Amino acid sequence: MRKAISAEQAAAMVPDGASVMVGGFMGVGSPHRVLAALVARGARGLTVIGNDTSRAGHGIGVLIDAGCVARCIVSHIGLNPVTQQKLIAGEMEVELVPQGTLAERIRAGGAGLGGVLTPTGIGTVVQDGKQVVTIDGRDFLLEKPLRADVALLHCYEADYYANLTYRLTAQNFNPLMAMAADLVIAEPDEVVPIGVIPPDHVRTPGVLVTHLVKRPH
Amino acid sequence: MDAKELIARRVARELRDSTLVNLGIGLPTLVAHYVPEGMLVAFQSENGIIGFGSRPPDGMEDPNLTDAGGGFISALPGAYAFDSATSFALIRGGHLDMTVLGGLQVDARGHLANWLVPGKMVAGMGGAMDLVAGARRVVIAMQHAAKGTAKIVPELTLPPTAARPVSLVVTDLAVIEPTPEGLVLRERAPGVSVEQILALTTAPLILPDTVPEMTL
Repeated sequence: MRKAISAEQAAAMVPDGASVMVGGFMGVGSPHRVLAALVARGARGLTVIGNDTSRAGHGIGVLIDAGCVARCIVSHIGLNPVTQQKLIAGEMEVELVPQGTLAERIRAGGAGLGGVLTPTGIGTVVQDGKQVVTIDGRDFLLEKPLRADVALLHCYEADYYANLTYRLTAQNFNPLMAMAADLVIAEPDEVVPIGVIPPDHVRTPGVLVTHLVKRPH
Repeated sequence: MDAKELIARRVARELRDSTLVNLGIGLPTLVAHYVPEGMLVAFQSENGIIGFGSRPPDGMEDPNLTDAGGGFISALPGAYAFDSATSFALIRGGHLDMTVLGGLQVDARGHLANWLVPGKMVAGMGGAMDLVAGARRVVIAMQHAAKGTAKIVPELTLPPTAARPVSLVVTDLAVIEPTPEGLVLRERAPGVSVEQILALTTAPLILPDTVPEMTL
């Protein structure tokens, strides 16, 4: 049995300057209550790893708006003009990573792999400074694993053991990030008794989750 | 018919039965409206679903069910939802029969640029680099020119999306196929002459004996 924490307690566990993976795709499947609490506590200097910076005022976008982020590692910022302005003004660093490569780097980080070999990015700026490995005559980029101090996840259901399920397109990076951080905090929509989630439906086992955030009333 | 509808209708003629197809954000999403009757095409959205449908009625939206642009969608019977690693394994692993993407530039060798305009627009590549590297067929759906400026150019002046050439370019004026010999002008839009196409294309085009009008 786990004791759930408040969003504010969760935000207090993310120190300034930490690297933080945030689940979600354009804010869908992001832990919105924890993100709001991070803004409220005035977090600074975070390195945020996520698919995108969503849009202004939404998802990871709230951290960008509030100046919590020093650096982000994402695949897309095209729908958030605030990120683009801060990048151009030199207030924030942005490392752009192809989306599939980002997913595999996080998966590798959580799976104990030394990296992945991908054809994506060959012949583009993504190749700069990276090792090219030729396998059976075909070129691949060696992409290194990604891990973070903290992963902030959103899930659909959590049981009292913090076994997690996801819903539809809110799954995205969440189950990958659950494997790739030292501290894993999950924000559920629903909390259910143990046994309600059939074993086959558990997508992230509770043993990977450090803390569960209380569900809203 | 406006330019976007024309492009989407022509791209839809590239669809084949029982295939997996990924549509990029923007113009490419329109292709889903023109699937030929009786044809079963599974559309993938890179954020993690195969088998999505149109936006549900007002008040019926599910915050956990959106397309890659964050717009609300529905799920069709038989839909499958998955994580981002699976989504890109489908894309990179040779399981995706076709992708339709927007383009900023295509050059004489069929190389695509669609993710960055230095100093102006930093969008990020999102899934585009994986899609061009991994999909079996890459179809570009774009306006032929941007306010009179050619987008089909001898050499890219924007950063490329991939080293691999695209399979087909469909614009509001023409259908162009990159080949090892160069860009071949395959079709022209209804009422558009070869001369009009050449005037808005700075890349050299190979002209076959006949360049038929598109069938829509």
